[in-house]
Amino acid sequence: MKFAVLVFPGSNCDIDCYKAVKDTLGEPVDYVWHTATDLSAYDCIIVPGGFSYGDYLRCGAISQFAPVMNEVAKAAEQGKYVLGICNGFQILTEAGLLPGALRRNESIKFRCHDTTLKVVNYKTPFTKDYAEGEEIVIPIAHGEGNYYCDEETLASLKANNQIVFTYTNNPNGSVADIAGICNERGNVVGMMPHPERAVNTLLGSEDGKRMFSSILKTWRDTHGTASVR
Amino acid sequence: MLKATVYVTIKKSVLDPQGVAVQGALHSVGFQEVESLRIGKYIELTLDTNDREEAGKRLKAMCEKLLANTVIEDYRYELEA
Repeated sequence: MKFAVLVFPGSNCDIDCYKAVKDTLGEPVDYVWHTATDLSAYDCIIVPGGFSYGDYLRCGAISQFAPVMNEVAKAAEQGKYVLGICNGFQILTEAGLLPGALRRNESIKFRCHDTTLKVVNYKTPFTKDYAEGEEIVIPIAHGEGNYYCDEETLASLKANNQIVFTYTNNPNGSVADIAGICNERGNVVGMMPHPERAVNTLLGSEDGKRMFSSILKTWRDTHGTASVR
Repeated sequence: MLKATVYVTIKKSVLDPQGVAVQGALHSVGFQEVESLRIGKYIELTLDTNDREEAGKRLKAMCEKLLANTVIEDYRYELEA
């Protein structure tokens, strides 16, 4: 299974994501520059955290038009796995690959600490190694992680089981305590917390590890079936 | 040449934490009469056209596509020669 970690000018969690894949899974992973126009070689695309294009105008607003984002949309359409973390989540909402928007934290503070998340949907390709309702510890680091969507969108997120993680102690004012969501098909996930910063007990938690192992497991399951045919 | 001014504000239905903080700061320095305060963005553009109608259409497209995130923001613009 081959992973791409996108790199925008201003990405600063790209190395963490790269290492999380390499060290946790031992699978091939490449850094892919924002100007790239071909992602066909990759099975999973990680849009990392940071401050792409300096977060000018709004976080993720300018990145949504980076050439590589057309390819991300194509990959999502093809059913490949796309994981947006923090600024990556903001980019995916701006690009329209996920519903809603991220606003400034209600407290106006940049929040940087461990949070406890509840795994609401353990059936996505990214969460299969978790148990339903399991509580996990994953750090956050953001000033604009306050998820917003209107009531209609929230109702459809709930109806389609698109809420993947919620905070047990909402740190930013997000609607319905939402920490992460997926698209209807479940192959695109966006989340504000950083699973790549929780892959080793040395980092304080290794609860993020299973997100990466879930993706690999799902991929192996589907490709195993394909090869039997 | 036309000069355009675009104002982007957080929708009324959406909390504006920056506005709330600044309102609180004004209160704390004695400006109790401030009943509400919202912070937005002010964008100035110079357009290489004299066609106001066309410029209006293009501005609307710019706002919808990039300048405002219509999930959480409203926008309006003014055009002058």
